[in-house]
Amino acid sequence: MRLSGREVGCVRGGRKVFSGLNFEAASGEALAVVGPNGSGKTSLLRLIAGLLVPARGSITLEGGEAELTLAEQSHYLGHRDALKPALSVSENLNFWRDFLGGERSDPAESLATVELDHASHLPAAFLSAGQRRRLSIARLLTLRRPLWLLDEPTNALDTAGQRMFVGLMGDHLSRGGLIVAATHMPLGIAARTLRVGDAS
Amino acid sequence: MTALLALIRRDIRIALRVGGGALIGVLFFLTVVVLMPFAMGPDLALLARLGPAILWLGALLASLLTLDRLFTADHDDGALDLITMSRTPLELSCAAKALAHWLAAGLPLVIATPILGLLLNLDAGATAAVALTLLAGTPALTFTGMIGAALAVTLHRGGLLLAVLVLPLSIPVLIFGVAASEAAIAGPSSFGAPFSILCALSLFGLVVGPLAAAASLRQGLD
Repeated sequence: MRLSGREVGCVRGGRKVFSGLNFEAASGEALAVVGPNGSGKTSLLRLIAGLLVPARGSITLEGGEAELTLAEQSHYLGHRDALKPALSVSENLNFWRDFLGGERSDPAESLATVELDHASHLPAAFLSAGQRRRLSIARLLTLRRPLWLLDEPTNALDTAGQRMFVGLMGDHLSRGGLIVAATHMPLGIAARTLRVGDAS
Repeated sequence: MTALLALIRRDIRIALRVGGGALIGVLFFLTVVVLMPFAMGPDLALLARLGPAILWLGALLASLLTLDRLFTADHDDGALDLITMSRTPLELSCAAKALAHWLAAGLPLVIATPILGLLLNLDAGATAAVALTLLAGTPALTFTGMIGAALAVTLHRGGLLLAVLVLPLSIPVLIFGVAASEAAIAGPSSFGAPFSILCALSLFGLVVGPLAAAASLRQGLD
């Protein structure tokens, strides 16, 4: 499986964010997107996720499932965590597992991995920022999709949580997955660096 | 199918738990109908004659009141991004969301109608007729209103725009809904014709609404 972008350009609100961006990642590889604030890291992830339309260039995933689009094979972990405060932790997780589509695994196991199993009946409204992030990470685990798009994934996580997440990323890569992560901090795993913004 | 059922179940659950969806609409409906006799004076005959129109107006405004919640909440917390990335076509997801919204906010209005009919001096037959037309007509309000709700999300302007966009679309539903109820109560024109058109409007909305809403949401990706 190979993710590649050719001469990708992004325009938002009439302003050119970046242009002429080339990148490539194969199965088992991680791509760390770095750059100053406002340079378009999040925009690049949203372009790959199909949530923005590229102004020019193209992004393709070769060797994936032929009938599925790039977005349908990706997990997007953004700033907004898509959790409903009125639903409990396990209801939130079960909904996304049933709705998104993909190879499923046991949600209870995913919750145990992110150490939220003790809170599975708690409404998501009572979770702390770090716990919300852990619950979002559980979504990546309970539904298998090959490409992970992570926007500052370790935000709000404590050091134990960050270590846990580094391990999870490693597992994902060793199963042949791909990771594209926008980050200001070192990811903790071997990753190629993709600089956006100042280079062009 | 599992995906759509999951979406419907989730939306209904949220509407019932937050108490926003179902309850606010019914309370607003109740307020409008209860205040009407005070505004018009104690003329029972007049009240009975205007009853169906008042019930329909109340139901229309009440369903409009809750419509803007249809997509804004999911847009604000990022759930709409994930819904777009799902393997379920966006059109079907929109239809499922609208159906859930109708079950949580539209159906309670129909159920409340018999009680409110008492306040307007409508007899049992007349109340049943109005409730039947509401049952056939409120899906049309939800499904056409969904287009406005999607546009409001896309254009980042909430409730006001929604009302301006949706009200003209709901005028035909109002006309045929009241016409069918009047025909059932007073005659002499037939009940069948306006009622069939009302059903047709709902079916038309069921097809066009999700397509238009999904197109609008895709257009507004950002």
